[in-house]
Amino acid sequence: MLALSTLFKRSFSHGIHPDEYKDQTAALPTQRMPFVERYILPLHQHLGAPSKPSVEAGQQVRRGQLIAAPGAFVSTSLHSPVSGRVKAIGQRRFPGGRYEQAIEIEADLYATQRLEVDRRPDWRGLSLDDFVSVMQGTGIVGLGGASLPVHVKYSLREGVKIKHLIANGAECEPYLTNDHRVMVERPEALLRGIEILHTLLGAEESIIGIELNKPDAITSLGEHIPSDRPFRVAPLRVKYPQGDSKMMIKSLLDIEIPKGLHAADLGIIMNNVSTIVAIADYFDTGMPYIDRMVTVSGPGIEYPANLIVPLGTPVREVLRFCGGLKAETKEVLMGGPMMGTPIASLDAPIIKSSSGILAFTAQQTARPKEVPCIRCGRCVEACPYFLNPSKLARLAKARQFDKIKQANVAECVECGSCTYSCPSGIPIVQLIRSAKSEMRGKRGKA
Amino acid sequence: MQYKDPRLLVQPSPLLKQQMTTHQTMRDLLFALLPVTFAGIWLFGFSALLVVVVSILGAVATEWLFSPAEQRSARLVDGSGVLTGLLLGLTLPPALPLWMAFLGGVVSVGIGKLIWGGLGQNLFNPALVGRAFLLATFPNAMTTWSTQVSGEGFFQWYPSNFALPFMQPHYDAVSTATPLGLMKFEQQSTALLDLVLGNTAGCIGETSGLLLLAGGIFLVLRRDIDWRIPAGVLLSAAIFSGVLYAIDTGHYPDPLFTLFSGGLLLAAFYMATDPVTSPLTPRGAWIFAVGIGLLVVLIRIFGGFPEGVMYAILLMNAATPLIDRYTQPRVFGKE
Repeated sequence: MLALSTLFKRSFSHGIHPDEYKDQTAALPTQRMPFVERYILPLHQHLGAPSKPSVEAGQQVRRGQLIAAPGAFVSTSLHSPVSGRVKAIGQRRFPGGRYEQAIEIEADLYATQRLEVDRRPDWRGLSLDDFVSVMQGTGIVGLGGASLPVHVKYSLREGVKIKHLIANGAECEPYLTNDHRVMVERPEALLRGIEILHTLLGAEESIIGIELNKPDAITSLGEHIPSDRPFRVAPLRVKYPQGDSKMMIKSLLDIEIPKGLHAADLGIIMNNVSTIVAIADYFDTGMPYIDRMVTVSGPGIEYPANLIVPLGTPVREVLRFCGGLKAETKEVLMGGPMMGTPIASLDAPIIKSSSGILAFTAQQTARPKEVPCIRCGRCVEACPYFLNPSKLARLAKARQFDKIKQANVAECVECGSCTYSCPSGIPIVQLIRSAKSEMRGKRGKA
Repeated sequence: MQYKDPRLLVQPSPLLKQQMTTHQTMRDLLFALLPVTFAGIWLFGFSALLVVVVSILGAVATEWLFSPAEQRSARLVDGSGVLTGLLLGLTLPPALPLWMAFLGGVVSVGIGKLIWGGLGQNLFNPALVGRAFLLATFPNAMTTWSTQVSGEGFFQWYPSNFALPFMQPHYDAVSTATPLGLMKFEQQSTALLDLVLGNTAGCIGETSGLLLLAGGIFLVLRRDIDWRIPAGVLLSAAIFSGVLYAIDTGHYPDPLFTLFSGGLLLAAFYMATDPVTSPLTPRGAWIFAVGIGLLVVLIRIFGGFPEGVMYAILLMNAATPLIDRYTQPRVFGKE
């Protein structure tokens, strides 16, 4: 019945249908990753300004203690994921490969690692402004991938009235199942979070958008929704990139966010389901954002798993917990296979945006030989933002940055649907990405 | 535990890729054309095989000669030279002198593709460039149609095939007219069944309507070609000729005749769909296809030639950059 209804679900146009590869982990219950000896917490793992360290080398820290304060309004806090001692503050490997300022913490092996909270926070009676400052203190960021500090979304402009709160449970990236597991295992926590945000915003309706390939999540949430609340679960077609915020708003509400405007300008706020659960957890236990859900999967992993991992755990330890990498592993990605970042060194830590650790073998990493573009138009029919990727790639290759700007390169969200669909093996999104970063660099210097 | 890090690639995402490749598409096209080619050889005898093979040779030899040494083998296996040669061969009359077929192959790849910068750069369909060149240069040889042998006399060939270069080919009395020629100059119709099965005079690969249709549907189902183009070409040709037929049934051919006569099916499925020379966007593809259908009907009925498919496609090829410019997709969230 679900399969048939897939055909008739309203959705965004274009997009692609990659194989999902979620079976490896979709049914595996979440496990907690044990504490390890060493944690690395980069100060800049969110959008905006880096956090400022509030501890010094040698200092003892408790689990959940603030170790870095927000560096600006668009910035957030950082807490120790473990009780131990600050070993150093200095340059450490970031997942992307470069070195970044980070706090290194040595765990106290004999500590109980119990979270000690002075008092449980209460959301009832908070104004939206209070909520914003409370959120900045929790260190929660958008967990869908962009890592925008969550409080930024809720500091609304004057006169904006939110009608729809959307919980994004699409999880359209192949392999990843961490949001799926959260929705199956903790529907009450998600609904508690929605209740908090819905009430604080005074929203009219709250919608949980879930792709149809997670029927167990759809049923379990459907059963838990209180009948007197204006909450509903909206099953969505399985299509990439369904989890892109503008695409999901198009699918759910049939609203196309005009270029240059934010969803909030149209009375819509969207958060990832895991973000909402993190908010609920904070108000339940007072726990700031120190653990995250990570899907460890892919053909190079011995024992795939859905894990709760303390932030800062080195990727090497996570892999070791999952039985290590298979010998034929060629590449490890942090995040999903479509938009994730390749990991240059296994010393890099789990950060707030690490939704997955995926190991791939030569079968996935082998690049087809690039042949000339034959203008087949498959990328044009794949691009969810209705751009002309073949043209963008051509301009990026020729480094014609003025023309590429005119061709609306700024609208590209780098979802990778174009590269996926190109039969000529042209790395379209990679070319666009490098042109964009080169243009950013130029602007910075000017 | 001894634990050694593997050497990791740092290759940016996305790592997933759909299976279809450009080479596979070319191979599919060749497969789809095989039945048509065999039918042409059966219908027109050994000569047809010679013409097709020689035109492929001309195309491939040119490709090989003008490719940089290190890319030669790669370009030969990418199949686009073979495909161009085969498409050209299928649009030639079976009694064509072989040296002309060879020259056609050379012009197709040389003038049709390579001087533009190779695969993906050319404005006009290479096979049709070669054919247009032959038609303009050797109008007689290109419009001399032989009667069919249909398996009998398979090994008898036309003496004209072996005419020496630049000598007047000798034709014997077996030449006849194509259904379109009969229609245009003698107001004589051909039975639909003959058109569908290919029992008519014409180019080697254009007569067997059913096989062309079957191969085309295979390509559409494999998503090797954009379905909008054959659909648009055939629909618009049928509708425009249908309108004329409705006005004067005695004077104009009926739509089914239009669809199954001449090279329309071959062109709609295998030539107009060449992605390089057709518009990029779905909307552009419709405009392009409808334009071809309209031009085919106009040229066939009001023009001086009995057949207009080749010029229709070449004209719309020329319009493709313009169509592309005006059918750029509307960016999401922009009015």
